[in-house]
Amino acid sequence: MTTATVSEHARPPFWRDERVLAVIAQIIFLIVVIVVAAYMYSNMYHELSRRGLKPGFDFLKLEAGFPIGETPIPYTPGDTYARAFLVGVVNTIKVSVIGIILATILGIVIGVARLSTNWLLRAIATVYIEIIRNTPLLVQLFFWFTAVMLKFPRIKQAIRLPGPIYLSNRGIAMVWFKPTESFSLWLIFLLAGLVVATLVFRYRSHYQDRTGNPGYPWIFGSATWLLFALVGWFLVPGAPITVDKPVLAGLNFKGGARLTPEFSALLVGLVVYTAAFIAEVVRAGILAVDKGQREAAKALGLTDFQMMRYIVFPQAMRVIIPPLTSQYLNLTKNSSLAVAIGYPDLFNVAGTIFNQTGKSIEVITLIMGSYLSMSLLTSLFMNWYNRRVRLVER
Amino acid sequence: MHRKVFILMLGLLVLLVVLGACASGSQEKQLVTMEVTKEVTVIVTKEVPAAAAKSKLDVVMERGKLICGVNANLPGFGYLDQNGQYAGFDIDFCKALAAALFDDPSKVEYRPLTAKERFTAVQTGEVDVLIRNTTWTLSRDTSVGMDFAPTTFYDGQGIMVRKADNIKSLEDLQGATICVSTGTTTELNLADQMRAHGIDYTPVVFETADATFGAYEEGRCDAVTTDKSGLVSRKSLLKNPEEHVILDVTLSKEPLSPAVLQGDSKWLDVVKWVVFATFQAEEFGITSQNVDDFKNSDNPGIRRFLGLEGDLGKGLGLTNDFAYRVIKHVGNYAEIYDRNLGPNTPFNLPRGPNSLWTDGGLLYSPPFR
Ligand SMILES: N[C@@H](CCC(=O)N[C@@H](CS)C(=O)NCC(=O)O)C(=O)O
Repeated sequence: MTTATVSEHARPPFWRDERVLAVIAQIIFLIVVIVVAAYMYSNMYHELSRRGLKPGFDFLKLEAGFPIGETPIPYTPGDTYARAFLVGVVNTIKVSVIGIILATILGIVIGVARLSTNWLLRAIATVYIEIIRNTPLLVQLFFWFTAVMLKFPRIKQAIRLPGPIYLSNRGIAMVWFKPTESFSLWLIFLLAGLVVATLVFRYRSHYQDRTGNPGYPWIFGSATWLLFALVGWFLVPGAPITVDKPVLAGLNFKGGARLTPEFSALLVGLVVYTAAFIAEVVRAGILAVDKGQREAAKALGLTDFQMMRYIVFPQAMRVIIPPLTSQYLNLTKNSSLAVAIGYPDLFNVAGTIFNQTGKSIEVITLIMGSYLSMSLLTSLFMNWYNRRVRLVER
Repeated sequence: MHRKVFILMLGLLVLLVVLGACASGSQEKQLVTMEVTKEVTVIVTKEVPAAAAKSKLDVVMERGKLICGVNANLPGFGYLDQNGQYAGFDIDFCKALAAALFDDPSKVEYRPLTAKERFTAVQTGEVDVLIRNTTWTLSRDTSVGMDFAPTTFYDGQGIMVRKADNIKSLEDLQGATICVSTGTTTELNLADQMRAHGIDYTPVVFETADATFGAYEEGRCDAVTTDKSGLVSRKSLLKNPEEHVILDVTLSKEPLSPAVLQGDSKWLDVVKWVVFATFQAEEFGITSQNVDDFKNSDNPGIRRFLGLEGDLGKGLGLTNDFAYRVIKHVGNYAEIYDRNLGPNTPFNLPRGPNSLWTDGGLLYSPPFR
């Protein structure tokens, strides 16, 4: 029986046709929302005008005048407010993306440990999760910043680790690579190597699937890539990258890669906190996979690792991804607590802008718009990934 | 079946909302629609006359107490004393206002505000007046929507460093990391001055003074900057104050002044003249101790000032003896200054520009007549 045949027989009058009613309800609801929003906007506009405050976004073109401590994109106080805001956005994205990657890895490790047959491992994972999940993130951030990062020695007495890596309460300064002029040339070799390596990888896995003999696709793939990298290294003029060591110059380290205490504390805080939640998500996902699947894997003689990698995880993914997405969103939004420990994220920079200009409503609109876009993009990506995982599954 | 019921309920709910809106006055709804169309077609540049709104003065009088936005973390200016009571230079001006309004300096509700929150608190009317080491600047006076009363403390921005670092001038700060609070003039002045001197530095910006000075003390920054008064005050809170020194440079002018919401001249006048009353009393030599003796004075200026003659207070919407109340309960400017910042306090700040004009300072009250 289908609704179509029924309605063909006797179409009910439209006020009883639930499809029509549904559409009408939606339209009415939309109108109500628009009227309320418009009323609120006009109210706000008049209140602001009455006080001589003209709402508008023109101020974004003015010179910001304030410096920002960490600028992943070029910025000076002579740039506009819009540019300053963008620096904040990039800083938020930076800490969120790195945070999401690290939190996922740590979360999976702890989630698996939580289900381990090893009592000690399981106990540690449980204690970790319970402590981290049950204390406020803000407190944890203060802990990482004040009790850990700022407790390193003063810069002049910085701890020197091999590398050299320097630890001081100015942050972490470590050796890093610096591209030279021939770097772009070498990059071509790397990319070409990547393409060929992918082909080799595909071929070797195909071989393995077809013949049942081990094809070692990973080993062959990476060897190919390394070969390209090495050949390229010797073919390009001079070394494409050099090591850049941090040196203490005047009041601060120069050169190398430097992580500020604010960034480090925020990153560690967000990763440690979110990983606890991800661990629980992972655990739930693994437990959701039917016991029979593991038993079957065991019966086939797969090792524990193989069982996890090929049988359990692919199936657990389906359960894991939706709640994992919301953890990613949480991490991004929680990064706004950065303001408490001085990391110039979007919320921090926007706060400065709003104080210098007094444009509270406009700036808050910008803040909300930015977080909304970031969240929607993350969700979009994760939904796409979720669909892909499913397709592979079936 | 369930879906049907659900949709019906939803429909009913929406209908109810619409009906509810109608019931509350179709006139209003029309107005809303009119407003909306107006907004959408042309953004009207219509100014509703400020007179239409009630003055804050009436609101405060009706409420029976003053809501004062203050700092809670700045010893000497605004902080909680050993008894958990608000005290300090700025706090005394809140008390002076309450004394003028209610003849009772305790009729104040204090709202501790961070630098970042303060202007929103005034804009939304959460506080009646902001007396929180706030610098009077042109943009705050205009686009931020404040109106300023006379400056109660003339200050300038300073820089504090560790003695051991041997930093003597701005130039020595080349490449330095400097801790600063967000939402302050400090942040901007620093940028300007360093640019003018061609000095590269890294700011680390915190939301509260506690975080700013905490990070400085731990050595996160080579220097910390804010109003000199703020530095002196916060220095007293450091673990080893004698290890730090305030450089002998002034980066800016920081006239710290009470602020009210823009466009309410009646209320602004009250705040203004209460501040002037403290200046004028010092000029007359009237203190909380001797104010009653002055009641027998036959100097017409003093008689007018104390409300024994004329209608000066009435003109402000206060009682004629408002200045008497201020002096009696809180004291003149010198008393307020000495009580909070003078030689018998840990700060021992010289009066400097905060002396009467007759002593070569900047404090000058227009005539009370
Ligand atoms: N006078 C300056 C600065 C005032 C100021 O707020 N200074 C510091 C302390 S001296 C502060 O309170 N910072 C942050 C806070 O605690 O809210 C201004 O009006 O912008």
